Amino acid sequence: MAITEEQLHDLEQIAAQMRLQIVRMMGSKKVHHFGGSLSATDLIAALYFYKMRYDALNPAWPERDRFILSKGHSVPAQYVALALKGVFPVAELATLKRLGSRLQGHPAMQHTPGLEGCTGALGEGLSFSNGLALAGRVRGLDYRVYCIMGDGELQEGQVWEAAMTTSRRGLSNVTAIIDRNRLKSMDEAESAKCMEPLCERWQTFGWVVREIDGHDLREICAALDWANEPRSEPAMIIAHTIKGKGVSFMEGQAKYHNAAISDEQLQQALGELSPKSGREAQPSILGEKG
Amino acid sequence: MSPLSETRMAYGAALAELGAANPNVVVLDADLYNSTRTVVFRDAFPNRFFDMGISEADMASTAAGLAAGGLIPFINSFAIFVTSICYLPVRTQIAYPNLPVKLAGSSAGLTQGPDGASHQSLEDIGLMRLLPNMVVICPADANETRQAVFVAAAHPGPVYLRLGRYPVPDLFGPDYKFQIGKAATLREGSDVTLFATGHMTCKAVEAAEILAQAGIQARVINLSTIKPLDEAAVLQAAHETPLLVSIEEHNIIGGLGGAIAECVSSKAGMPALLRLGVRDQFGESATAEEMLVLHRLTGPQIAEDVRKALKK
Repeated sequence: MAITEEQLHDLEQIAAQMRLQIVRMMGSKKVHHFGGSLSATDLIAALYFYKMRYDALNPAWPERDRFILSKGHSVPAQYVALALKGVFPVAELATLKRLGSRLQGHPAMQHTPGLEGCTGALGEGLSFSNGLALAGRVRGLDYRVYCIMGDGELQEGQVWEAAMTTSRRGLSNVTAIIDRNRLKSMDEAESAKCMEPLCERWQTFGWVVREIDGHDLREICAALDWANEPRSEPAMIIAHTIKGKGVSFMEGQAKYHNAAISDEQLQQALGELSPKSGREAQPSILGEKG
Repeated sequence: MSPLSETRMAYGAALAELGAANPNVVVLDADLYNSTRTVVFRDAFPNRFFDMGISEADMASTAAGLAAGGLIPFINSFAIFVTSICYLPVRTQIAYPNLPVKLAGSSAGLTQGPDGASHQSLEDIGLMRLLPNMVVICPADANETRQAVFVAAAHPGPVYLRLGRYPVPDLFGPDYKFQIGKAATLREGSDVTLFATGHMTCKAVEAAEILAQAGIQARVINLSTIKPLDEAAVLQAAHETPLLVSIEEHNIIGGLGGAIAECVSSKAGMPALLRLGVRDQFGESATAEEMLVLHRLTGPQIAEDVRKALKK
C-alpha cells in the first residue's frame, strides 16, 4: 500500500520538526554529530512514522519491527524520533551526552528505551540485525529488521561478512539502508577506499538493490514498500543523501561530522529549519509528547 | 587414575544435552565445529545451529542480535579467535549491554600444541577478565565442564568458557557442585597453597603428591572461575599458608596469577606469590607435553619450583 498524499504531507512536517529538534538539542559550543544525524533524518522519519510496526507505549512488544542504527554516531536523530513517538519525554532530549543521561553519545540499548542494540563501533550493526532476524525465525515471530549504515562504514570488513550471512541465510526480513552522503569524518569516503560500483557490489553479494534520493520522502517510502515485497533475497536501499542536510553552511561539509557551532551559527541553523509559516506544525500521526 | 578426557569433548556432549533441555539455546560456530565439538549439537538441532563460516566478528555480533531477540547463543571457535578477533563486538555489543551470549574458546593454552603461536591462546583469560559483566570460567575436568555449560546458560549475562584438547583425569566426584565464583579445595595443606585452573589443576594435584613425599603439605585450590574470583578463598589461603603459587597455561600477566596478585595486594602482610605459567612469551609448534615441559608446567617441575621458593 503506497503512502497517501496526506501521510506524505505529515511525514514531511515530522522530518522538518526532527531536524529542528536535532539542532536544538545539540545547541552551540558543544561538539556533536550534526552532519550524519541530518543526512539520516528523512530515512529515520520514514521508518518510525510510516513503515515500522511499532507501539510507542510498548517498546518491548515482541512482535515489533526493529531498527538498528549501525552508524551509531547519528543516534541524536533516533532520539528525536523516539521522543516524538512518545517513547520518552521530548524534554529529555536536552540531556544528550550529559553525565547520568539515558541519551549516550552512541546507542546503548540498556540505557535508552526504544534502542535495540549497542552500536557506534562501526561495521557491527548489520551482523546484529541478522541475529535479530534469525531470532525471529527461530521463535516464529514475523517482525522485520531495518538497519541503516553509513557509506564510510562500508570500509569496515565486517559489513561484508554480514552481507554474505544475510543472503546465505535468506533473511529477506532484513532491510538495509545506506546513508550515502559520500563523506566520512575527515573527507570523502572515496579518498581512502574504492567505493564504487556500490550497487553492483551488493547485487553480487546476493541482495536486491534500489537507489533513491534519500531526502525525497515519497521515494523513501516507496523503496521501503518495495523492500517488503515477498522475495527470497534481502533488500538494500542505497539512499543518496547530503551530509548536514537542511543547514546551508553544513551541507556537504565533512567538518560538521562532529563539531561545535557558534551561537550565531545556531541561530542561523534554527532559522533555516523553522517552519516558514512561523508556527510549528503538529502532524496528526505524532504520538504523545512528554 | 581415572581415564583421561578432553574438556572440549565434555563440552560438546553437554551442549547437546542443554539443547534438549532448553529450546532457547542456539549455537554458532566459525567453521571449526568438529574441533569445538559443536557438531554434536548441530546433528541434534540443525535449526538452532549456524555455521557462520570463517568470520568470527560477524559471529559475535550476530550472537548479540540473537540474544537481544530473546535467545541464549553459544559462540564457538578456537580460544584465540573467539576472544581476539571478536573482541570489539564482544565488548561493545555483548558485555556492555550485558547480553547472555556465551563464548566457548576451544583448544586454549599451550596444550593446543602443534599449530604454534598463531593458534596458542595465552592471553584470552586476560582479555576476557578486562570486560565488565564478563564471567570467566576455565573448567578442570569433564564433570566441571558439563556443569559449567548448564550454569553458564542459566547465568543472565555473558560468560567465557575456556576449553581444551588436552586429556585430563576426573578430579571431581559425582557429588561436586560447580558454582560461579566458588573455589574448590582438592587437598588440604598448610605449607603452601597451589592455585590452579583448567588443565593445570591436575598438574597441581600431581605436584602436591610429590611435595608430600618430601614432607611439604600443599593445599590445592581449583579456581575454575577466574572472574569473579573467590576472594574469600584466596585470602583465607593467604592467611593460613606462607607461600602462594598460581599455575596456568597462560601469560603470567593478566590471567589467574594476575587476578590473585590484584586480590592479595590490597591487604597488608600477605605472603609471596609465585606465578607459574608463560613468562610473557609467544608459543611455538611442539606437542602439548613438550610445551608444558618447556614452560615448567608438569607436576614434577611445579614441585621443584615450589621447593626452591620454600628453600626446602
